[in-house]
Amino acid sequence: MYKNDIYEILENRILAKDVYKMILKGETKYIKAPGQFINLKINGCYLRRPISISDYDENTITIIYKIFGKGTEIMSKMNIGEKIDILTGLGNGFDTSLSGQTPLLIAGGVGVPPMYRLCKELLKDGKKPIVVLGFNSKEDAFYEDEFKNLGAEVYVSTADGSYGTKGFVTDVIRNLKDYTYYYACGPMPMLKAVYDIVQTDGELSFEERMGCGFGACMGCSIQTTEGTKRVCKEGPVFRKEEIIW
Amino acid sequence: MVKDLSVTLSGVKLDNPIIPASGTFGFGYEFADFYDINCLGSISLKGTTKDERYGNKLPRIAECERGLINSIGLQNPGIDKVISEELPKIRKVFKKPLIANISGFSIEEYVHNCEKIDKEEQIEIIELNISCPNVNHGGMAFGTSPEAAKEVTEAVKKVTTKPLYVKLTPNVTNIAEIAKACEQGGADGIVLINTLLGMRINLKTRKPVIANKMGGFSGPAIFPVALRMVYQVYEAVNIPIIGVGGIEKAEDVIEMMLAGATAVEIGAANLVNPYACKEIIEELPKVMEKYKIEKLTDIIGKAH
Repeated sequence: MYKNDIYEILENRILAKDVYKMILKGETKYIKAPGQFINLKINGCYLRRPISISDYDENTITIIYKIFGKGTEIMSKMNIGEKIDILTGLGNGFDTSLSGQTPLLIAGGVGVPPMYRLCKELLKDGKKPIVVLGFNSKEDAFYEDEFKNLGAEVYVSTADGSYGTKGFVTDVIRNLKDYTYYYACGPMPMLKAVYDIVQTDGELSFEERMGCGFGACMGCSIQTTEGTKRVCKEGPVFRKEEIIW
Repeated sequence: MVKDLSVTLSGVKLDNPIIPASGTFGFGYEFADFYDINCLGSISLKGTTKDERYGNKLPRIAECERGLINSIGLQNPGIDKVISEELPKIRKVFKKPLIANISGFSIEEYVHNCEKIDKEEQIEIIELNISCPNVNHGGMAFGTSPEAAKEVTEAVKKVTTKPLYVKLTPNVTNIAEIAKACEQGGADGIVLINTLLGMRINLKTRKPVIANKMGGFSGPAIFPVALRMVYQVYEAVNIPIIGVGGIEKAEDVIEMMLAGATAVEIGAANLVNPYACKEIIEELPKVMEKYKIEKLTDIIGKAH
């Protein structure tokens, strides 16, 4: 069950280069799992903008987005108190029941946000998540402290070496041992590299251009080992064994 | 006074003229998660081919001013699975007449699919899709020549007992000529328009946004084109017309009916606002009151 509703912006501030955090006030009861997304109707854009949920509580949703085009550019200029029409509770989200005791949470760039809520829930379940965050450069990095404050073990890599381990998330993961499972979200080359080097079972969250975001238009369908699936509906999270590269 | 929204398409009575357009509503049940879809007049189901199709490469969607381009490429589970798996699911949540949208790549395939779907009780109208711009060798190829349109209509008409509505592409020079050819071929009605062939180019990559380069442009931007074509076809044929293209509010429905449509299909609007059809149905009586309309059927073609 979904519902669209009108949400009020409580906060909209810059976190890193072109990266913004927005807190929205409104209904959250349709959100069922970390890794789900919301679809925002932005004035001036025809299609909605799908953005992953970073965190939520009884009456607020937190999203973190990067300016990539017209829609996110407009969002970045919106003010506190402005209203947005949003569809919530979209997509399947991560399955926390499969994590084992010490799951890896691997995220690159704007793949980081959904990991925050996932990390919170895993910690609440008594797990010991290991968080690996990858960015291009120090100026792009965000949320390291927020994950540390939750109580997770956190590693950061930057492609240019300006902060943390020089290289990619996979350069960090090579030196990690004894993890039980993995959750990954980030750009396609990162997901593929993670899929190739991490040997445990895991699940990966994909991004795709969407028409509707709720399964009606088939605009984001991918082929999987279990047949055609929609990134917006059966995804965005897919189990490792479902994926065909 | 209570407004009369009912319309009749070749003997099939609809409570109102609002029909979600094929390809924008899946097989219907997705929307039952949002609201009780029994408020709809009917539903035109996702275009169905003989075999299962994954469709075109991604990206398949490009945003435009007041619309979008899609290049899905007829993704569907194939006629047998539509009958065995999809129809039972929609039947559970929707109790009214359904429209099957039948696609194909040859006359034989159209005939095969129509013969099969004809046996399904809840399918009360067959919409023959000879207008998909996103597949090669088929689809739109039948809809751009009057001879081919007539030939496929005749062939399908022989194997169907249900009203046959032919869905036309706007990507032609003379839409009235094609509509007339379908009428001569035995069509019971005309549905128009499918999407306009369009494209977008990404300024950063300097490449087309859509993997298939071009796709079908729909949304409110195309409403005037659709309205114009419905108006022209109304003057050319004596069979009912379902008007489709860019409708997003009750006023658009009235305008389309004045041009000559007996019913309308709502497409792109469903993708942006999943409640679009429901909201239009709720708005219609108020807009009818404003324009002093008691019965919707009174206004069909009244702009002529």
